[in-house]
Amino acid sequence: MQPSKLDLLQGTLDLMVLQTLAVMGSNHGYGIARRIEQISGNEVLLNQGTIYASLVRLEQRGWISSAWGTSDNNRKAKFYSITAAGRRQLAADAHYWERLTGVMDRVLGMSADEADPA
Amino acid sequence: MSWLRRLAGRVTAFFSKRALDADLNAELAAHLEMAIEDNIARGLSPGEARRVALISIGGMEQAKDRHREARGIMTLDILLQDLKYTFRILLREPGFTTVAVLILALGIGANIAVFSVVNTLLLRPLPYRDAHELVWIAPPPQKCGLSCATYSTDAYDQFRVLSRSYQDVTGYFAFSNPDNLSLNLGGAPVPATSIDVIHNFFQLLGVHPAMGRVFTADDARNGAAPVVLLSDAWWRRQFAADPAIVGKAFDMNGRQTTVVGVLPPGFDFGAVFAPGTKVDAITPLNLYGPPRDWGNIITWIGRLKPGVTLAQAREDARMVAPKLCWNFKYPQSCGAYNDTPPVPVPLKDYVSGKLRRSLAVLWSAVGAILLIACVNLSNLLLARATARSKEFAMRGALGATRGRIVRQLLTESLILSGAGAVLGLCLAVVLVKWLAHQGAIALPLLSAVRIDGAALGWTVLIAVFAAVLFGLIPGLRMAGGNLHEALKDAGPGASQSRKHERTRAVLVVSEVALACMLLVGAGLLLRSFMRVLSVDLGFQPDRAAAIKVEYDDSAPTGDASTQKRTAIFQQVLARVGSIPGVEAAGIADYLPLGQNRAWGTPFPKGIKPPDKTPVEPLVYVVTPGYMRAMGTRLRGRDFTWDDAPKATNVVMISEGYARYLAQYANWPEGNAVGKLLSVGKNDLLVVGVVDDVHEETVDGETGWQIYYPVTQASPSGAQLVIRSSLPPGTLAGTVLRTLRDLNPKQPAAEFKPIKLLVSHAVSPRRFFMLLVGSFATLGLLLAALGIYGVISYSVTRKTQEIGIRMALGASASHVRHRVLVDTLRLAAIGVALGAMASVVAARLIASLLYATSPWDAATYIGMAVALLAVAALSGYIPALRASRVNPTVALRAN
Repeated sequence: MQPSKLDLLQGTLDLMVLQTLAVMGSNHGYGIARRIEQISGNEVLLNQGTIYASLVRLEQRGWISSAWGTSDNNRKAKFYSITAAGRRQLAADAHYWERLTGVMDRVLGMSADEADPA
Repeated sequence: MSWLRRLAGRVTAFFSKRALDADLNAELAAHLEMAIEDNIARGLSPGEARRVALISIGGMEQAKDRHREARGIMTLDILLQDLKYTFRILLREPGFTTVAVLILALGIGANIAVFSVVNTLLLRPLPYRDAHELVWIAPPPQKCGLSCATYSTDAYDQFRVLSRSYQDVTGYFAFSNPDNLSLNLGGAPVPATSIDVIHNFFQLLGVHPAMGRVFTADDARNGAAPVVLLSDAWWRRQFAADPAIVGKAFDMNGRQTTVVGVLPPGFDFGAVFAPGTKVDAITPLNLYGPPRDWGNIITWIGRLKPGVTLAQAREDARMVAPKLCWNFKYPQSCGAYNDTPPVPVPLKDYVSGKLRRSLAVLWSAVGAILLIACVNLSNLLLARATARSKEFAMRGALGATRGRIVRQLLTESLILSGAGAVLGLCLAVVLVKWLAHQGAIALPLLSAVRIDGAALGWTVLIAVFAAVLFGLIPGLRMAGGNLHEALKDAGPGASQSRKHERTRAVLVVSEVALACMLLVGAGLLLRSFMRVLSVDLGFQPDRAAAIKVEYDDSAPTGDASTQKRTAIFQQVLARVGSIPGVEAAGIADYLPLGQNRAWGTPFPKGIKPPDKTPVEPLVYVVTPGYMRAMGTRLRGRDFTWDDAPKATNVVMISEGYARYLAQYANWPEGNAVGKLLSVGKNDLLVVGVVDDVHEETVDGETGWQIYYPVTQASPSGAQLVIRSSLPPGTLAGTVLRTLRDLNPKQPAAEFKPIKLLVSHAVSPRRFFMLLVGSFATLGLLLAALGIYGVISYSVTRKTQEIGIRMALGASASHVRHRVLVDTLRLAAIGVALGAMASVVAARLIASLLYATSPWDAATYIGMAVALLAVAALSGYIPALRASRVNPTVALRAN
């Protein structure tokens, strides 16, 4: 039996999609999904279908834009790319995550002596 | 800003669903293809590649659903889905849908119609400018007719000047007879009804003419050229809506009268001030001409100054009252109104205040109908819900939440009640149209009843209310059920169904109870209506009819005029009396249940009258033969043509009056016949005592009457009354021809059966009785339907049980008996509860009853028996079906 995969926290998928697009430039849904899976080392439980809900959400907020184009192997696909507003949002969200993980690290790394206020 | 853009995005997405879905499909298809290609490249077989690709997508449909959820407006999507589904379901069961919509349409339609009536009569202000400022100024009600409810022109002038509460005071002549105007266009004169008003009448009410102008003070001066204002209806009917009528003159009552204007269609004098009569024309009242000497003739209407309260106006009137004079010519008549001081009441209260209770009852009755309709619907839906419980359980198992299912059911209820409301509105429109044209019903403002914005709002309100009421119970019952149970529930004997049946029984019992209350109410109203109809009126309305006679009254006043009139009347009565079929004929100036007046209280000669008599006798000026024609019993002798002006002055008086006078005079055996009365300096010989006549109302107490002969007193018109052995209608032509022979100016006045006077007087009572009665019948029908539904359903459900019983030897009659007992048990509980509730609620209608106790045992028992009989009848059909169950078939089923 496989070890269980990580459930995605609410909102984390949107951030992943933004980061992927920021780094890779324009890409289609399948490409983004594959990329996230690869980067996470297949540790994340991602139904590839959920990526499309994330994409439409981001697009409605104006953080990404889309256009139909042709893929490497000459297939018609919808390509998404990050907008300027999206980059700003990404920066803000990434900063938030860093702070949060920092706090989580400290809390989880806490030892018995440090917990004692005295 | 960004949320706005998001919302816009969602709304756009909602409306461009098709394009977006196509886009998404293409996108997902591309995704799948790419995934398959990658998988093949990794060395999987094409079939396996596809399978793995689909797994990693995690369900195409779920992906699409999430996408839609993220982009659009889910609530609306669900609503549309529910609507689509509901329509499909309702159309699949046309029988159920039709019955449900019809029941609701009846319930809602009745409610809208009654609301429109209540709204017009009670809630909406009168159709005048700032109607809340208008007051009716009259003495508190007294038992001496119109003469004690009106004031003289001098008192009017004084009141107008001395009162400080009013912007202005106006009034109208209260003693106009129907058909008092005769329009001569060449050919036979056309009868019409006109009312004299004080010239500021329309300015005060704030009514603007549709054409021309209203009256000015100049129109009412001595010697002013005669002018007239036409009602919209008469202008259309009689003058073919002539757009150039203003300024034209016509021969009215023998004088060239100029039309100065046409009143707007919304102004209906009769509807507000004289319910049940139509007024065709309005003429100005000359306050300083002859009317000055006619005594109490004007009713007053005032417009309060802004900010003046009713209490202040009352106080003001109390201060002014002692100063009022009956006629300035007689200084001793100042202070004549201490007994009848003017009291202002809101005009609206005067017009429709008396009807408040009746309308409240009517409103409660339709409310009960709506409740019964809802209960019925609840029952129908519950039966259906039981049949659909598996469907809902299945939907629950597939992931529908409880809220989602309740929502679906409520959508269905709303659609049903919406359809019911639309159909009900159509019904109400028809009903209200019909009501508005019931000119003969003596109810105020009836012609102004219409479906307006408020009524539409009310419709929406009760439609939603009904939907929630009848949809919620089945909805909660349904959605609250245990999935597991419902799926297992194989039908007969299962707990879920049993619980439903209990709910249904409770619903039916409450339905029967409501119907019982309605029936008791209607029964009480019907019983008191019958009592009213059997009242001894003091005259016999059957086979008698009256027609207004036009006669030449142009002789100089005094004896010459009396002699001329006597000669004309004598001739008329002789000719009419000889028409075959006419048994008796006589003339009176006023008829009972119509106009009246009082001339003071003659008292036994030589006895000092008390300061105040409880009542003043109403005066009628009649010819010999009138009593016989009316069918009024008479002791003593009738007037004769020999009771000439110079002979002894004679009168006839009513029993009640004679009894009162006998208390003061020592008449042997209290017999007034042959005794002398005196009033002022005149002596009056009582030649006859006649029955008390219901002169004002059928259901009220009788007052006193005194009759003067036309040969001595001056009548204010002539109503020819004939009594015939034939139906009076058949004589109409002959009588009119005879009158025309004698006087070519005789207009084609209406030949009115005396019965019509009575039915006009009781028309409001009949109107309410009929409405409540038909609502009760409707309630009974709905209750019967409810009982039938429940029993019939329970029989179907117990088919198997019945089969077993019959297989074990139960006879058909035994089975039938059991079902009937079940039915009657439900009905009996309902009737018992309903009767108890009626005992409490009957107080509400007590004041509407006549000579009937609100706890009239006969009515209660009769209604209970009727209800139980109907229940038995509606239970009998399912009982019959139950007894015909074929045991073998029943046991094999399921």
